[in-house]
Amino acid sequence: MTLAQLPALQVILPLIAAPLCLLLRSGRLAWLLSILVSATALIIAVLLLRLVLENGTVIYTYGGWAAPWGIEYRVDIANAFVLAIVTSISTVVLLFSRVGASWEIKSSEQSLFYTAYLLCLTGLLGMTVTGDAFNLFVFLEISSLSSYVLIAMGPDRRGLTAAYQYLIMGTIGATFILIAVGLLYMVTGTLNMADLANLLPALEQSRTVRVAFAFLTVGIGLKLAMFPLHLWLPNAYAYAPHVVSAFLAATATKVAVYVLVRFIYDVFGSSFAFDSMPLQSILVVLGAAAVLSGSTVAIFQHNIKRMLGYSSVAQIGYMILGISLASVSGLTATLVHLLNHALMKGGLFLALACMAFQLGGTRLVDLAGAGRRMPWTSAAFVVGGLSLIGVPLTAGFVSKWLLVVAVLEAGWWPVLIVIAVGSLLAVAYIWRVIEMIYFRSATNPDEHSEETHWSLLAPVWLLIVANVYFGLHTQWSVGVAQRAAQMLFGGPG
Amino acid sequence: MKDIPVLRVVTKITIPIILLFAMYVQFHGDYGPGGGFQAGVIFAAAFILYGLVFGTSAVRQVVSPGILRLLTALGLLLFAGVGILTMLLGGDYLDYNTLGQDPLHGQHLGIFLVELGVGITVAAVMIIFFLAFAGRRD
Repeated sequence: MTLAQLPALQVILPLIAAPLCLLLRSGRLAWLLSILVSATALIIAVLLLRLVLENGTVIYTYGGWAAPWGIEYRVDIANAFVLAIVTSISTVVLLFSRVGASWEIKSSEQSLFYTAYLLCLTGLLGMTVTGDAFNLFVFLEISSLSSYVLIAMGPDRRGLTAAYQYLIMGTIGATFILIAVGLLYMVTGTLNMADLANLLPALEQSRTVRVAFAFLTVGIGLKLAMFPLHLWLPNAYAYAPHVVSAFLAATATKVAVYVLVRFIYDVFGSSFAFDSMPLQSILVVLGAAAVLSGSTVAIFQHNIKRMLGYSSVAQIGYMILGISLASVSGLTATLVHLLNHALMKGGLFLALACMAFQLGGTRLVDLAGAGRRMPWTSAAFVVGGLSLIGVPLTAGFVSKWLLVVAVLEAGWWPVLIVIAVGSLLAVAYIWRVIEMIYFRSATNPDEHSEETHWSLLAPVWLLIVANVYFGLHTQWSVGVAQRAAQMLFGGPG
Repeated sequence: MKDIPVLRVVTKITIPIILLFAMYVQFHGDYGPGGGFQAGVIFAAAFILYGLVFGTSAVRQVVSPGILRLLTALGLLLFAGVGILTMLLGGDYLDYNTLGQDPLHGQHLGIFLVELGVGITVAAVMIIFFLAFAGRRD
């Protein structure tokens, strides 16, 4: 097996490991297998990214059937970047979950938990790497179905209704995507994305293609929790097991954003999306509304996990704003924010999980006085929060800065005000937590509450340090995102 | 329902036929209409009929949940394993040409194994679904 097999192995490894986990009755062994597979997937993703940066797009044909008849995997800078994000977050979350998952998942269900986790990882990686529109739908369903299971697995029974709500919304979204793929197939006779991109410009005036585009945008919008289709997200994140919240918040919506970017810029082309269709005005309004409403509602949440969920809605709003600019700089900001938001939300959810294990809950009042009892975890939360706000020297600042520059380039002053107000609102909701952690004494002093175990703290700080690292060294993240954005606009890959 | 003699007898007569038909759909799938998914569902239908008439505990005596779990995993592993095998033999993933001495035999063997994997997993999962939904009050 050579480097040429890497695109297939990226998806196949977790796919094979998932049934193996089902056979392993012991949760510890299933964890060991999962982390080995996830780490290998990370290595593969890094190798692929290096390969793509040096040699351009890598194409892999399944079963020896050439595209457009067979299924083709097409790795370019944009999806290699997303693959690296997904696999690294998955590996860090798994490092955390050796102890973290055993806290929340019944030991008899742990091997099932890792089976679902690996299937979810398979689905997310498959959605990212595939160059076939129908194959994308199949992987979307694999990742969605397994994530419903993951959300419902926690000790909190409200997770069941949250998962059901997500199931309904997610299924509607997936159906819309399937309808869109069917309509495109009807007009063009092909499912291959590159082939679609060649055929669609001639069909720009076709009503069927326009309807397909509308279905696709709404369908993906449901999966990525675009305002006002976001209502499933806060509950799903709030009542899922903590490790699942961290994993899904940092990866699932990111992959959906990538899919939207891929379809808008690559398959349909930006001239169709922004000139023939009124996508720009829709996305600007919805993105701005997401930033303002998500951040405002986050301020009034009593459960910190729900608060972070609403903050995710707002952060997705920034990504939508970047997409709506229809410029290389705007798209670069969105892609960089994919990485940075994954790092900050992953870090925040994991830090919160540590606090929940020690202090017994994720409500705001549970965290009173945490600063003295868990100094390292609290410090991690503060740094992650600063990154979420977008304070200089953190990763969050880099993506906000890029977005602001892109907005100024387009001369959209009102949007600039939205971004500024959004950041101020973020200060407000993060400050509520910081005040509770550092300036309130514990309501119920409990001698057992002390700093959490180092094996939980290490993954948290890994993500937090990455937040600072990518805040200082922007060359790599911004460089890769910029090349990916140029490529999506039809420049050299 | 096992108190009704007609139902009991008819069920016992039809179950072998259903299983046989499932085998036909499975193994004749490469010549005629059929394949692993359909065959798996038909195969599971025999167990579901048995469960409807004689109760889910009778089904559990025939196949224990542990075996069903094993079969679910094995079917998928067979499918994915064929792909890995073709990779090791020098082709792309699921390139059946590498499996036989010539492409025709290779394709035949490849699709046979893959569909068998699909059939096993689908049958096991259908029975698990039935037991999960119907087995609450046992």
